[in-house]
Amino acid sequence: MWTWFHKFGSPPHAYRLLGKLAPWFGWTSLALILLATWWGLVKAPADYQQGDGFRILYVHAPSAWMSMFIYVVMAIAAAIGLIWRMKIAHAASAACAPVGASFTLLALVTGAIWGKPMWGTWWVWDARLTSELILLFLYLGYMALRSSFDDPQRADRAAAVLAIVGVINIPIIHYSVEWWTTLHQPASVTKMSRPTIALPMLIPLFLMIIGFQLYFGWVLCRRLRGEILRRERNASWLKEA
Amino acid sequence: MSLAPTWQAARLVLQRDLTLATRRWDEAAQPLIFYVVVTTLFPLATTPDLSQLRVISGGVVWVAALLASLLALESLFRSDVEDGTMEQWVLSGQPLGWLLLAKVLAHWILTGLPLVLMAPVVGTALGLPFSAWGTLMLSLLMGTGTLSILGGIGAALTVGVRRGSVLLSLLVLPLAMPLLIFGARAVAMAMDGESPSGPLQLLAAIFFLSLSLGPLAMSAAIRISVEN
Repeated sequence: MWTWFHKFGSPPHAYRLLGKLAPWFGWTSLALILLATWWGLVKAPADYQQGDGFRILYVHAPSAWMSMFIYVVMAIAAAIGLIWRMKIAHAASAACAPVGASFTLLALVTGAIWGKPMWGTWWVWDARLTSELILLFLYLGYMALRSSFDDPQRADRAAAVLAIVGVINIPIIHYSVEWWTTLHQPASVTKMSRPTIALPMLIPLFLMIIGFQLYFGWVLCRRLRGEILRRERNASWLKEA
Repeated sequence: MSLAPTWQAARLVLQRDLTLATRRWDEAAQPLIFYVVVTTLFPLATTPDLSQLRVISGGVVWVAALLASLLALESLFRSDVEDGTMEQWVLSGQPLGWLLLAKVLAHWILTGLPLVLMAPVVGTALGLPFSAWGTLMLSLLMGTGTLSILGGIGAALTVGVRRGSVLLSLLVLPLAMPLLIFGARAVAMAMDGESPSGPLQLLAAIFFLSLSLGPLAMSAAIRISVEN
């Protein structure tokens, strides 16, 4: 039953599989992102309080979601790499990090752009913004640790330990708006009860999140192929690929 | 009384580290001096007015303690890894986590504890009132303890790396930010006359979390650093 999992550990197999998957992720993500962009910018109704300015939500919220999601993926890949000693898992973890850091930065920047007209300030040290900033530092620290070792095996495993230690920040970010009443809006969607956001605004948000997820899938396929190439550059199977 | 082998080994590690440190007092005193110097920088850089400094005094003492602890952490495992002692510990059959915890405890006694004891002095120099001394010391007690453990994880990951101290700070500081937030908040609340029990309890929770899971991460990191 787990053959597919262990087969994925073989670099040539993974390389081929990722090459076949990437276009599927790519084109569907492009379609969904374009659809969600049109829907969110044009079709969705304006907010009664914020007017049209709220539409940056459609970039801000999915980016923030992805920043946390990718960290968890990175940590799970790191754990798989440590437990099953699969190099591919470590390569996946390495491939995720810059993407996650970029989404975190995007979330912070779009949040600041949103905050200036709505709250009157570019930045405020409330719980969610601060913990998202800490997430950015965690990503940067992970990438710094990776690049500081010459031995690739040691780099992989040390970075894996760091990723797993840092995953404690993710629940802190997510629940920070519940634990501390702060300026940032509390959760409207991922609660146990019905979402408190209006349905015509919610649909493009969901579409955008799925679009971003598929985009991440596409980027991960491409980057992981690149990582495999880099790690296996002297291997004989590459000459036939 | 014959102790279990693990306890004996841990106690020996603790004794060894403390004895070694007493032979090099100047090295052990450097973080403490750095601590005092850093707290001195703030009144020089901002304002000599004690009533204004009082507002940030708790935070400044905490930041200085954080930085001083980080300074001392880089050499926590370095000499033992370099001369092969750590390899022997990994191969010894004793639970590595306990041995590393003993080392971290020795490190804390030598660097963290002096910071805690010195805190009221530097705090008062920044205008911290006597009423907040207890909260300051209690929060720093738990904070420096947690920091020693988190720093131990970072030190274990970066042992032998060139310019490892900068990388170590980069890794440990984001993990230590919640500590700083709660610790400084506790002191601020004590200064305002409110009960600081909320942040103090959160600090305690973080401390016990790091105490229970930290040695696991440390021993995993040491094994990675030592086997090559």
